[in-house]
Amino acid sequence: MESKAQWVALATIVRKEIKRFSRIWVQTLLPPVITMSLYFVIFGKLIGSRVGTMDGISYMQFVVPGLIMMAVLTNSYSNVVSSFFSAKFQRSIEELLVSPTPNVIILLGYCAGGMARGLCVGALVTAVALVFTDIQVHSWPLTISIIVLTSLFFSLAGFINAVFANTFDDISIVPTFVLTPLTYLGGVFYSINLLPDFWRFVSQLNPILHMVGAFRYGLLGTGGEHVAWAFAGLMVFTGILFAASLYLLQTGKRLRA
Amino acid sequence: MTAALSIKNLRKIYDNRFEALRGISLEVQAGDFFAVLGPNGAGKSTTIGIISSLVRKTAGEVSVFGHNIDTDFSAAKQQLGIVPQEFNFSQFEKVRDIVLQQAGYYGLPRERAAAQADKYLQKLGLWDKRNTPARMLSGGMKRRLMIARALVHEPRILILDEPTAGVDIELRRSMWDFLREINAEGTTIILTTHYLEEAESLCRNVAIIDHGEIVQNTSMRALLKRLNKEVFVFDTTSTLAAAPSLHGHEVVLVDEHSFEVEVEKGQSLNGLFEQLSGQGVEIVSMRNKANRLEELFVSLVNAKREGGEHGV
Repeated sequence: MESKAQWVALATIVRKEIKRFSRIWVQTLLPPVITMSLYFVIFGKLIGSRVGTMDGISYMQFVVPGLIMMAVLTNSYSNVVSSFFSAKFQRSIEELLVSPTPNVIILLGYCAGGMARGLCVGALVTAVALVFTDIQVHSWPLTISIIVLTSLFFSLAGFINAVFANTFDDISIVPTFVLTPLTYLGGVFYSINLLPDFWRFVSQLNPILHMVGAFRYGLLGTGGEHVAWAFAGLMVFTGILFAASLYLLQTGKRLRA
Repeated sequence: MTAALSIKNLRKIYDNRFEALRGISLEVQAGDFFAVLGPNGAGKSTTIGIISSLVRKTAGEVSVFGHNIDTDFSAAKQQLGIVPQEFNFSQFEKVRDIVLQQAGYYGLPRERAAAQADKYLQKLGLWDKRNTPARMLSGGMKRRLMIARALVHEPRILILDEPTAGVDIELRRSMWDFLREINAEGTTIILTTHYLEEAESLCRNVAIIDHGEIVQNTSMRALLKRLNKEVFVFDTTSTLAAAPSLHGHEVVLVDEHSFEVEVEKGQSLNGLFEQLSGQGVEIVSMRNKANRLEELFVSLVNAKREGGEHGV
């Protein structure tokens, strides 16, 4: 397939994905905005005013980056896992598999769709956050690259989940039992400096903690001790997930008989 | 001349050790209208699955207009249009969007894709439904949608797996006319079907698969020539207590007003009627009991299973 034709195929998948989540915006875009607004009101405004500061900044400012990150990663993941699994379930994925579209384009297309939704929700949540507090971006390049990489990382993770899933239950297991606990324990609502040494060490094994930390540093310029490591780690693990996803497509695992 | 489709020693053993294809070889020439017949589980859909890359082969080679599906998959796939047996489009998308997307997956620029999609939606009578979600279509319309989708990139080979299953007679006939039309325009058509009448009416060449092996691969005309026996059903005015005794024919009483007679190729029907008149049996109507091709098909498959001759 010529490179121009590959671009057309990629644009087709991305357009289809954006159309899909836009068509059902009441299920995809609205709920995270409402949920995050409630978090801002309850944790940021009502409880936050009593908490005072966290790591040297107001509690509202502390939770904003984490909540944006939480919205981006869960929506990136959800979009790819539900869209790709639905395509597998309805067998409409065969439309792509019989076509000359290369596997890498299929993967990039679905990930771009997941990232589009994740970043779109992230932008909406940021807009809501601006109602409650001012955000002065410390480093645009770092902020953008961390959020984009995180979105890609969770899109790829959603893709792998969708490939292995056999039922609709299988696509909710990881978000419910893995993603949500890791996010809530990932420094979104509290600083791990509040924890005893042992739990602080355990928390540092949670990758979401480092993603949130790096994003918070990019946005506010605080807590940036491990940003370089977080960025490098995210790059490496995104690369590993990308290679694994491509391998699954090349071998046709759970997709071709 | 390069064959439109060339299959060599194709084998497929599924993970559960079931051997679906046992080394089949087949060639379909460009411009042909080719039927692949076989009972359920014979290996027809597996063969189509391998050609379309939805099933991974165990061994063998497949080429489409000289392009190997392993080493030159992009060029091979560009030549193929696949209409599967089961509906495999998103039920929530609109008809036109489904066809447009498929054009995009084949790299057709947006403008050309739109022109192609509109052309085939009109040809297949789906234009009025272009903005309808696919789940709202009738079964026949869904089948036509899959044909429009398969043709949108103008493939040189169209492969249809049971395209008229569950389609009413009128729609089936109009689908046949459409397939004849695109075949006349140069598209090679490969068809699997359970309706043997369909194969007889449309196809010039035929392969019969059973238990993962090719039982027959010949022209439809040659296949039909081998048929040397037909069964006719006769209806009478008078009540029959027993089947009439007809010299040189096997006769079976169906009920008190009808009986079946086996007539071999070359046997005179005049002689048969003379014998019936002689016995005072008055015939009011007569019909062929079964599709001739169906009889031939069953006998070929049975002969292969029993390890006997392929002749009838």
